Amino acid sequence: MTGVYIAGIGFTKIAEHWDKDLECLMAEAAVKALENAGVSTVNAIYVGCALNEFLQGQANLGALMAESAGLVGVPAFRVEAAEASGAAALYMGFCDVASGGSEAVLIVGGEKLSDGLTEEVSSGMMMSGRTWHESFIGADFYALNALLYKLYSKRYGEEGIPFFPVISHEHAEGIPHAQYPFKISLDRVIESPFIAEPLRMLEVSGIGDGAAAIILVNEDLARRLDSFKARIFISSATDYVNPFEREDPLKLQSVLLAVSKVLEQGKSDRSEMDMIELHDATSILAALCLESAGFSPPGSAGKLAMKGEFGLNGYLPCNTFGGLKARGHPFGATAIYQVAEIYLQLAGLAGKNQLDSPRSGLAISLSGVGATAFAILLNKE
Amino acid sequence: MVKLGGVAVHGYGGYIPRYRIKAEEIGRVWGQDKSGSPVVEKAVAGIDEDAATMAVEAARMALRRAMIDPKKISAIYVGSESKPYAVKPTGTIVAEAIGASPTKLAADLEFACKAGSEAIAIIAGLIRSGQIEYGLAIGADTAQGRPGDALEYTAASGAAAFILGRLDDRAIAEIEAWSAYATDTPDFWRRPSDKYPMHAARFTGEPAYFRHILGAVQSLLEDDGYALNEIDYFVFHQPNVKFPLVVAKYLKVDQEKLSPGLIANLVGNTYSACSLLGLVNVLDQAQPGQRILLASYGSGAGSDAFLIRILDGIFERRDLAPRLAELIEDKIYIDYSMYLKFREEIIMR
Amino acid sequence: MRIPGYWRNTQFFYRLAGWKCVHCGAFHHYKPVVCKRCGSREFAQAELPSSGKLITYTIVRSPPRGFELFAPYAIGLIELEDGTRILSQLTDFKENELKDEIKVEAVFRRVRINGDQGIIEYGYKFRPALRRS
Repeated sequence: MTGVYIAGIGFTKIAEHWDKDLECLMAEAAVKALENAGVSTVNAIYVGCALNEFLQGQANLGALMAESAGLVGVPAFRVEAAEASGAAALYMGFCDVASGGSEAVLIVGGEKLSDGLTEEVSSGMMMSGRTWHESFIGADFYALNALLYKLYSKRYGEEGIPFFPVISHEHAEGIPHAQYPFKISLDRVIESPFIAEPLRMLEVSGIGDGAAAIILVNEDLARRLDSFKARIFISSATDYVNPFEREDPLKLQSVLLAVSKVLEQGKSDRSEMDMIELHDATSILAALCLESAGFSPPGSAGKLAMKGEFGLNGYLPCNTFGGLKARGHPFGATAIYQVAEIYLQLAGLAGKNQLDSPRSGLAISLSGVGATAFAILLNKE
Repeated sequence: MVKLGGVAVHGYGGYIPRYRIKAEEIGRVWGQDKSGSPVVEKAVAGIDEDAATMAVEAARMALRRAMIDPKKISAIYVGSESKPYAVKPTGTIVAEAIGASPTKLAADLEFACKAGSEAIAIIAGLIRSGQIEYGLAIGADTAQGRPGDALEYTAASGAAAFILGRLDDRAIAEIEAWSAYATDTPDFWRRPSDKYPMHAARFTGEPAYFRHILGAVQSLLEDDGYALNEIDYFVFHQPNVKFPLVVAKYLKVDQEKLSPGLIANLVGNTYSACSLLGLVNVLDQAQPGQRILLASYGSGAGSDAFLIRILDGIFERRDLAPRLAELIEDKIYIDYSMYLKFREEIIMR
Repeated sequence: MRIPGYWRNTQFFYRLAGWKCVHCGAFHHYKPVVCKRCGSREFAQAELPSSGKLITYTIVRSPPRGFELFAPYAIGLIELEDGTRILSQLTDFKENELKDEIKVEAVFRRVRINGDQGIIEYGYKFRPALRRS
């Protein structure tokens, strides 16, 4: 089995791209990544997108992607795992290269949420739940998060949970590709209206369009390319789709499993992580990710956040480009942005948010509220 | 009159939604002073309720009291003038919801406000003929009244359900006799594509309500010699408070025999459920051996009258479900704007 | 609106009927092939209790498509009398009546209405128990 390396990245700004079709937006990111890696073609393309059938009425995204990126002839597949579709595409591409099936693959994640109405996007997110169960009764993503938030507050108190959006926005300030590149205060978060109490409007990610791409290569090709290379490991696990069927809904078992496995693969341990990209689709999920992954004891994430431990100068900087909340959360693209941002940090290309010579970073991507979790580890060798 | 002997009530249930609007609040919108209105308030179905859901709630209470295997219920007739589907039976929905599916007969009935009592007559016939063991008769309505019309102050929502079977020592009450009276009298109607019924105002009185109710009741009393003093409770259709009082006065029925079955003042006119909810309220308090006269009325026009005798079974079964009085008292007041939302009067498309 | 999917789930939606694993007791609202808890393949039909207590709840204020008419609506996490936990919409509650730990009971309600022409989808919701003693 060969090591797998990221040899190049590319992404678009997350915004409302009214004038671009989904596959064209994705092609922009793909072309940038190919140029960034210095390769002209790949052996396969893995496309991550969650809602293309629902919002664009478009299937067959693999072939469309190959055509749009000027790569007709290359095998191409779309991979889906709801909001973690980008990570799922990455997983497949990783396995392809690691197993020797391909020398180089292109992973593209993209989503155009602005093609749908707000309530359609809510419906789309609700598709992560079981159609004829929690979705049938209208228990949408925010409702599930709100219930977890309440259980969490009853057990530990809500102190500091609303601070996660503040951290993400602080890190997004001035970031060109971020959808919301400005700071917000804790007061503003707390005073924002409830979307589903206790979850407030400014504790959930917004709706935007974006595409991000990565070139994965094997060891041989990595040695021959001039671009910066980061070693990548990826792992995944599933859990009961309905969080309230889990033994402890506040423990995302899929996150724990995926993170433990990926650290084992990378022969790393938690203390070696220089940064983490959390799946902060909601503030409470950010906290649950940290605690479930073993980076913060149960009930402590909010308090540690308030102390600055997850800021750029904290013990574990998180969401260094703004995370899902402020950089943006175009579902299928999100995990690829997370990985690309860690890559920039390891390459020393993170600009004003550059950490002090980081060597390892971890990204966590979830479908629903942890039905599937992906953990992606990047090491600088 | 037909002696029905051998058919009995095994379970009964009355459902009234939790929401109420006061006549005074409706009057506020239309500039009418309703502070002294005899119908003080009316029951309003919630936004997620319709005749089918209320039928299910009433049927579930009836089933709890009947203590029978729901699979034994092989006919479900639902009388309503607000059935959720123009084509598709409500009875099959009820059957699935109470665990009676597959059932055998499940047609919807329409005869203005007496479709529910007619369901009782049909089920009683099926039982007497031996075609079914148990049947479920339901009257359920989310009654419609045109905004601003006199009906708007009274048209209310509710449901009543009765599980009937053969007379045995478990029965709650025996249906002793039945009589009915119907003629072509256009006092109140609704054309297929219309949302609200039309009515002929004062014509709904003497030639319509009074003539038919008295026609059915007098045939019960006169043909076979039931005397007024053999009857302990009288329940009449109650589109308002005045009409049943006038009938009682004409028949020389004492007020205390009428008032237990008169709930329109606090509930309104629940159309197909109306007189049946009055009966439910009486069943909640009557003693074994006592006799009830029920007379429904449906516009267009007709009346069913029944004589019902309470049996010992009432004691152990009555409290297996909430009494109607609990539902009448358990209320949430809404204002006119919430009322419009609940009754889907707000155009959302 | 997908009629066959709704239809094959009505037993659960209408009266909380489903299948219990004969070995570990796990409830499945759908007809299972393999028990999601213990892997057993033996099941018996079962109905969940229709009352329980509210563990906690939230109010959905920006509903997904199809639920606009009912907004705002409450979603509760409920522990039924047999210990099974289910999610349900809550209905018929007074302002300030919803509190964690209150007793709730199942009712039969309209869950989704597919415009003027489609089918009406019915199902369970829970309300504060009528007998609140």
